[in-house]
Amino acid sequence: MKKQKSDEGSFEANMKRLENIVETLESSNIPLDESIALYEEGIKVSKYCIDKLRSSEIKLKQLKKDIDGKLELFDVDTEE
Amino acid sequence: MAIKNILTVSELTRRLKSLLETSFTDLTVEGEISNFKRHSSGHIYFTLKDGNAQLQSVLWRGRAAHLLFTPQDGMKVIAKGSITVYEPRGQYQLDVVSLQPLGIGDLQMAFEKLKQKLSEEGLFDQEFKKSLPEYPSKIGIVTSPTGAALQDILNILNRRFPALEVLLYPVKVQGEGAASEIAQAIKDFNKHYDVDLIIVGRGGGSLEDLWAFNEEIVARAIFASKIPVVSAVGHEIDFTISDFVADLRAPTPSAAAELIVRDRDDIIDNIRNYCYTMEQNIRSIFDNRKEKISSLLLSYSFNQPKDLLRQYSQRIDELERYLDQFVDHNISIQNEKLTSLSKRIASLNPKSVLQRGFTIIYRNGKIIDRAIKLHQEDDVIIKFHDDDKPARIS
Repeated sequence: MKKQKSDEGSFEANMKRLENIVETLESSNIPLDESIALYEEGIKVSKYCIDKLRSSEIKLKQLKKDIDGKLELFDVDTEE
Repeated sequence: MAIKNILTVSELTRRLKSLLETSFTDLTVEGEISNFKRHSSGHIYFTLKDGNAQLQSVLWRGRAAHLLFTPQDGMKVIAKGSITVYEPRGQYQLDVVSLQPLGIGDLQMAFEKLKQKLSEEGLFDQEFKKSLPEYPSKIGIVTSPTGAALQDILNILNRRFPALEVLLYPVKVQGEGAASEIAQAIKDFNKHYDVDLIIVGRGGGSLEDLWAFNEEIVARAIFASKIPVVSAVGHEIDFTISDFVADLRAPTPSAAAELIVRDRDDIIDNIRNYCYTMEQNIRSIFDNRKEKISSLLLSYSFNQPKDLLRQYSQRIDELERYLDQFVDHNISIQNEKLTSLSKRIASLNPKSVLQRGFTIIYRNGKIIDRAIKLHQEDDVIIKFHDDDKPARIS
């Protein structure tokens, strides 16, 4: 079974939030203060997403079976 | 009296051995497998037989590792090898170098048979295909740790969308035992690891090399997977059973990496478009309010509590000043980023993406980046690298 994502900060969640904010600002007649709050949040989320895309590198891990057949995870250095 | 020519058993056996082992080399033998046994040492023992005779056969561990399929009792095969004599038991046997299913078409036939069987069971049905996440964060890869396929996938992911955690489950991708390792890996991912999708694959090779991906055990494991599976086996022209049962078939391992994530520069462009849209919208929200207040001030100026309206108007001005600062600040940050981004983009030729066969779809001059945004009868423009074509969604 796929578990619910524990981190609120997944890239997908942030992108969805951004799309959601854009749509809300675009479509509905919302109070001014709220629209500014949404706009601020939208910009913040945008920055987070762009930074994440620019700065990260793939984290590679390799699974290995120990003698008892139990699976373990090892970090692998990714070299270009 | 002395009897001449008395031989010890050892002497006779040695002579037979030397006679047989020099006379019967490089043989190709056709027969049916029976008494198939894999010893714990890894050596494989079996009997080749036809209607009238039997031949003990052995496949040593080192060679067994290169088997391209899983031999079973009753299977008709062609064995290549030489006769050896095992002196302690006075037994001759075929020392098998290579083993192939009989007939060129046999693998092809097995493929068609399994394909039909699984198709009838509904394993390929579209209704069972799971959709892939738009932005995966954690993916599993089932492939050989030393193969080119893995490097291809990692290189492309690093370039396109590096915000990823990748879990490699190393397996054999060809030969005896490969299929069960692949199947087990898929099961283990489902049981122990919360990945968004699994890529299962290997680089190109002959039909025999790719055979593990045509085995039923792999097909069943893919079908049973709760996690979406992308099959990425061989080249464009190679189709395997895994491809049919997987949630998505990628023509090559590289293509799998291209298919599962969007390019980061595209996403960044997308985000910047969002920022622009948000700014336009918030501006127009302000303009609307201001207009409303002005008209209110004019029309009700005689009998409305002006103070309230003035306060409100002031509040709007205040917010707008704040917004201006915020937007200016934001724009200067964006510009800084834009400079570095445009440097990066200049080093890539955007046209090359289109030349690889990708297209961009526009509606009313806007890029359509998701299928859901398109509706029936929409008129769109499809941009190819050489020209644009108008089209209508059916």
